[in-house]
Amino acid sequence: MSLVFAIFTPVIAALLIPLLYKRVSAIHTGWFVLLIPVALVSLYATYIPPIIDGTTYKDELPWIPSLGLSFISYLDGLSLLFSLLITGIGALVVLYSIFYLDKKKEKLGNFYVYLLLFMSAMLGVVQSDHLISLYFFWELTSISSFLLIGYWYTKDRSRFGALKSMMITVFGGLMMLGGFVILGILGDTYSIRELIAQAPDLVDHKFFVWALVLVLLGAFTKSAQFPFYIWLPDAMEAPTPVSAYLHSATMVKAGLYLVARFTPIFALSEVWVWLVTGIGILTLLWGSFFAVKQTDLKAILAFSTVSQLGLIMSLLGIGSIAYHVTGDLVTTFTFATFAAIFHLMNHATFKGSLFMIAGIVDHETGTRDIRKLGGLMSLMPISFTIALIGSLSMAGVPPFNGFLSKEMFLDAVLNLKNFDLHALDSWWILFPIIAWIASVFTFVYSLYFVFHTFRGKHKPEQLPKAAHEAPVGMLLSPGILASLVVIIFFVPNFFGNTFIKPAVAAIQPLAYQVPADVGFTIKAWHGFDSLAMYMTLGVFLVGYLLFKTIPKWSPIYKTFPTKLSLNGMYDGLMRLGDSGANRFSSIYMTGSIRSYFVYMFTAIIVLLGGTMWIKDAFVISYENLAPIRFFEILISIILIVGTITILVTKSRLTAIIALGAVGYTVALFYILFKAPDLALTQLVIETVSVALFLGAFYHLPQMNKHEKGKEDRGFRLGNFLIALGVGVMVTLIAISSHSQKLIPSISEYYKETVYSEAGGGNIVNVILVDYRGFDTLFEISVLTIASLGIIGMITLRLAKKKGDRKVENK
Amino acid sequence: MEILMSILIGFLFMAAIYLILSRSLLRIIIGTGLLSHGTHLLLITMGGLGGKNAPVLSEGVTDYVDPLPQALILTAIVISFGVTAFSLVLAYRTYKELGTDNMSLMKGTEDND
Repeated sequence: MSLVFAIFTPVIAALLIPLLYKRVSAIHTGWFVLLIPVALVSLYATYIPPIIDGTTYKDELPWIPSLGLSFISYLDGLSLLFSLLITGIGALVVLYSIFYLDKKKEKLGNFYVYLLLFMSAMLGVVQSDHLISLYFFWELTSISSFLLIGYWYTKDRSRFGALKSMMITVFGGLMMLGGFVILGILGDTYSIRELIAQAPDLVDHKFFVWALVLVLLGAFTKSAQFPFYIWLPDAMEAPTPVSAYLHSATMVKAGLYLVARFTPIFALSEVWVWLVTGIGILTLLWGSFFAVKQTDLKAILAFSTVSQLGLIMSLLGIGSIAYHVTGDLVTTFTFATFAAIFHLMNHATFKGSLFMIAGIVDHETGTRDIRKLGGLMSLMPISFTIALIGSLSMAGVPPFNGFLSKEMFLDAVLNLKNFDLHALDSWWILFPIIAWIASVFTFVYSLYFVFHTFRGKHKPEQLPKAAHEAPVGMLLSPGILASLVVIIFFVPNFFGNTFIKPAVAAIQPLAYQVPADVGFTIKAWHGFDSLAMYMTLGVFLVGYLLFKTIPKWSPIYKTFPTKLSLNGMYDGLMRLGDSGANRFSSIYMTGSIRSYFVYMFTAIIVLLGGTMWIKDAFVISYENLAPIRFFEILISIILIVGTITILVTKSRLTAIIALGAVGYTVALFYILFKAPDLALTQLVIETVSVALFLGAFYHLPQMNKHEKGKEDRGFRLGNFLIALGVGVMVTLIAISSHSQKLIPSISEYYKETVYSEAGGGNIVNVILVDYRGFDTLFEISVLTIASLGIIGMITLRLAKKKGDRKVENK
Repeated sequence: MEILMSILIGFLFMAAIYLILSRSLLRIIIGTGLLSHGTHLLLITMGGLGGKNAPVLSEGVTDYVDPLPQALILTAIVISFGVTAFSLVLAYRTYKELGTDNMSLMKGTEDND
């Protein structure tokens, strides 16, 4: 089967889901859905042996060939590992959801359509070799995640969480698109393979760091890194299968995938190393510290996810140092990449199972509030066992897989001392210290999660339901994941060789040609000389003490003001955007037509005047001027007097008559300027206009009748200045345009041919009906439309009828 | 003469815009009337005012005024007349419906949106 087709299989299958949901209501829709991830995981499993041998697979489906855009599915160690995680955990989550979501109460059709859409999107993200199709799938994960978080859309918190995650991840996604486009332009290709090959040539380009930062913004927002992690705890309003699948095992790891995938390109820049490592380790500390504060089971797990993602991110950052060193040090630092991928896999197993347990506790007791829970151990022994395995693995306790990866993490951080870039010799020590503190808090919240839920005093009176063990079907998926947790601990190198090494070879192509070259083995026992082991022992000791004394030191969380928290800032920013835009538009959109006229006229003054000023365009020339005659001066004075009369008169009758006077004066001008047709038309039209004005004025109120105390004719300086500005601009433009005529008039042609071609003597009339007859045609149309409009306005009274009906309704 | 006309046209524009910025609907329409006068005069002025004879063929005359601006103005006069007539009736209807000709009172409110 073609690999591109495999990507689209879930979403194609999703088309059938509503049909099955409606028609086959006897069977839980999830059973049909289950077939898809199971089929896909078996498909991808067949690729494991050749990928271990170093083979890669590529499959292409053209999309927009003229733009070089196609869906390219590229399968190497890294994308195969992710594809297996997505489909494998997807299968378990679907199985879990069959028992978690009620067949009758829930809209299962919606749920599984969204889930399958997400599965396709995620497979597309991890297999795309084309940057734009990667972005396409990336946003599809954001959208399907939005739909899934808001699944219970009648709840306010769900909608808030969905919107928040959408805002943050889409913000990052758009930034990432910017980075992709820069990369695409720099490398003249959108294929990641080809960009990797070109990376050494691109690294010195001045926009390279821009692309790097933008792509990292995408990765950090998706993977909930500091300070963008805030959407993840709010996304916990989603149904628990969604939280387990999207927000612990797959979608949040899309950012990690992106970092890993682009390491061969961006790691050549030191900015990358420091950003990824620094932000990662900060997120690790921050998330682990605030996890203990949470009282909601899923919120604890959300913060723990944030923290663990930070851990993996920082390991990827340390791993990218391998691009800056030579010799044995390359192996020292690629070890961090190995640890990152190993922990990524481990985290998917234990975090998935923990989320499912949290869902079971919620399902069986009716609450997720850890303050109400307690003493469930004897009531829910199997859930407790699974939760214990998951938590201890998360805390880094043997014999669980978390221990192995935590040890490797501490080793990798300690290895930083071998790297002397920018005087790191004195600063590197910060990293192990932060890592150690974060590990202590990880230990504390892991114990807090499992023991405060399952140990202590049982408080049945506070629980909405009587607690009892979950059905077997619901325990199946977390059980499988928990057994993986143990199995990985005992045969880590099987998993290491099968999954991790091909992925490491894909991230570090310079160091390793084929997966077999990656020479690491995972050891549970490092010997007494391993500093990491002593650090781990310290973690256990201090962590246990802190866990026992939580009530004593937890008040320090109250000293952090909520306003200064990142959530507070996000809310503030949203409010500011809302009210700011609102206030801004209510300031300039006054609803008064005068304001808009002011904007327009000011724009005319500023733009035209500014252009004239900057270009120094004003020209005055006294050539080609017609002589000034006495009559013209006289008429000008009449015109000015008439205009001033309009401006100052208190009576509208005077104003209308003055306007008529101005119109007749203009007609006189036309006579003086040798335009008989114009004069004729002007006289007639002015007469009709004045008659119309008088007719309308008969019905209109006195100018000030309705504005007692508000003198409209009173002089207004602001209006006058604007009017003066426009008038001056018109004058200046008129003078300078007349002063520099560049080409002669085309009228000579009309004058010469008016009789020979058109058989007429009145040149103006011949132009109107012969040379430029179209103008006249449409001018007639204008008159027709105007008269029809007037008839319509006078005879039709639709609005009034509507208004009457409104009144009746009231 | 053209410079003098330019100044006169500027003055007409100024008066027109001052009227358009006022509150009364009637004054706004009068303002548009003045604005079209100014524009028409601007058109004819820019065509040059030096011609000796009206653009009607007659024996032994070669120096005609430029006929093209006149044709353009003729079209513009008719169109602005149509628009003025329409807006006057619109003002009349507006006053009948709303009971005011004060533009500052004619704001969109939630009731009549």
